[in-house]
Amino acid sequence: MKTASANFDSTLRIAGPIAVGVILLILWQVLCTVKEVPIYLFPKPTDIWASFTANLPSLLRALSVTLMVTLQAFVVAVVVGTAIAFVFNQSRLIEACLFPYAIILQVTPIVAISPLIIILVKDTRLALTVCAAIVALFPIISNTTLGLRSVDPGLVNLFRANKASRLQTLMRLRIPSALPYFFAGLRISSGLALIGAVVAEFVAGTGGMGSGLAYEILQAGFQLDIPLMFAALGLITLVGIALFVVMSALSNWAIGSWHESHAEERGHG
Amino acid sequence: MAPLALSRKVENDMALAPETPVIDVRSAEKTFPNGFRGLEPVDLRVEPGEFLTLIGPSGCGKSTLLGMMTNLLKPSAGEMRWWGGSFDQTGTTGKSLSIVFQDATLMPWATIQANVRLPLDLARTPRKEADERVRQALEKVGLAGFEDRLPRQLSGGMRMRVSIARSLVTEPNLLLMDEPFGALDEFTRNKLDSDLLDLWREKGLSIVFVTHSIYEAVFLSTRVVVMAARPGRISKIIDIDAPWPRDEAFRGSPRFAALCAELSRELREASEKSGTMAQGAKP
Repeated sequence: MKTASANFDSTLRIAGPIAVGVILLILWQVLCTVKEVPIYLFPKPTDIWASFTANLPSLLRALSVTLMVTLQAFVVAVVVGTAIAFVFNQSRLIEACLFPYAIILQVTPIVAISPLIIILVKDTRLALTVCAAIVALFPIISNTTLGLRSVDPGLVNLFRANKASRLQTLMRLRIPSALPYFFAGLRISSGLALIGAVVAEFVAGTGGMGSGLAYEILQAGFQLDIPLMFAALGLITLVGIALFVVMSALSNWAIGSWHESHAEERGHG
Repeated sequence: MAPLALSRKVENDMALAPETPVIDVRSAEKTFPNGFRGLEPVDLRVEPGEFLTLIGPSGCGKSTLLGMMTNLLKPSAGEMRWWGGSFDQTGTTGKSLSIVFQDATLMPWATIQANVRLPLDLARTPRKEADERVRQALEKVGLAGFEDRLPRQLSGGMRMRVSIARSLVTEPNLLLMDEPFGALDEFTRNKLDSDLLDLWREKGLSIVFVTHSIYEAVFLSTRVVVMAARPGRISKIIDIDAPWPRDEAFRGSPRFAALCAELSRELREASEKSGTMAQGAKP
């Protein structure tokens, strides 16, 4: 009985959004056709698909560039952000002194500082990675710091009563307790890394072989090739969704068996 | 005040020589940093092999007293001795204690096996030996076969059993238990009480136990410390001289009813003696 309803749930979770998407696409196609909307204002899904297949090689090349920048920035953000969170956790003083600067990092719009970074960092690809990493950094710092602190006080007492060392408490208690927060941070941060990569490229506006999806969109805009714009935009969205799905799967794999946030997947096990 | 009737263990021990108390509370008191008077100076000796229960209204300082016995709270004045020595010496002289908290306090990410093994892991016991002791401890509390489960897959009573297994795995001489069964239904609680008594008798443990329940205190204890609130202090110490072993039949006996009535009267007197100036706000 429980498995039947769980099966129904997971089917709904996949089939539901797909059904909505198909209905919206059909509606879009029909409306554009009936109202005779010009292709340079709002192309039909079939136009976009045609443009996508026609420009596949250049789109895929741009996709790989954007994807590389995003992933590299994300990895840097995770490594640096986790390291900073650990330092914060070791000393209240350091946290109190430095956390405001982490917030400054967060509230400064990346669009505003990316020109500066692009000037300072000669290599464009590296500059893009730096911009994207800055955007992706904060959720990792703040979530991991919060997680390392959110420890069951009863368990802290238990560890103290058993004369656990600082390192033992960190490894066996603080890090496992922080994992759910860390993974929530990963999910937010991966999306922000993509946004950062795209936004920075808009500002940098590089040309040539090394350009990413943002540059494709800019170029298509200049040439009024609206279907191509939509095709590139669709690819960016797909990357974002893929990142989210991968992060969710990772979280489920790591903490799904015990953490409350995954109780629904377990069918209230 | 030498108890008139003691458990058989204490009786045997007393026949040989007066023993060092397991815990010696010497005028220990607690005033919290915010000025709240948690506990007036208390003198109390926990004798080897006894089952001592602390009972009283909320704010009477029973958890504070137990907290000082676990060394998680430090007395603001006075002194605590464990087997005649300091707390740091426990565990190194062959005498050790374990704590059982109000909640099971299990690590939700770790299997039952890993949860019970934690104290041994922290003490760096070799894995093979540790696993064997975990197996024995889980068997003792009736949870053999549940090694690979996670805490969330167990009922509240079973989680509490895991918590007890974890406290037994280090082979302690003393168990300090802070309302361990308070959140359980009465049926489960009675069962765990009986099983705890079996463990106590079998292992020759000393136990200090905090509870709200008069029935539980009478059923389990050799001595009951009745406490009064505002400020927290000891009101009276009562010997529970009912014979051993105690089983379900004891719960229905006139002796049990009489002891409950006596303890109930003492508690009422204690709460009448309790001050009312503060609402018992805890820090």
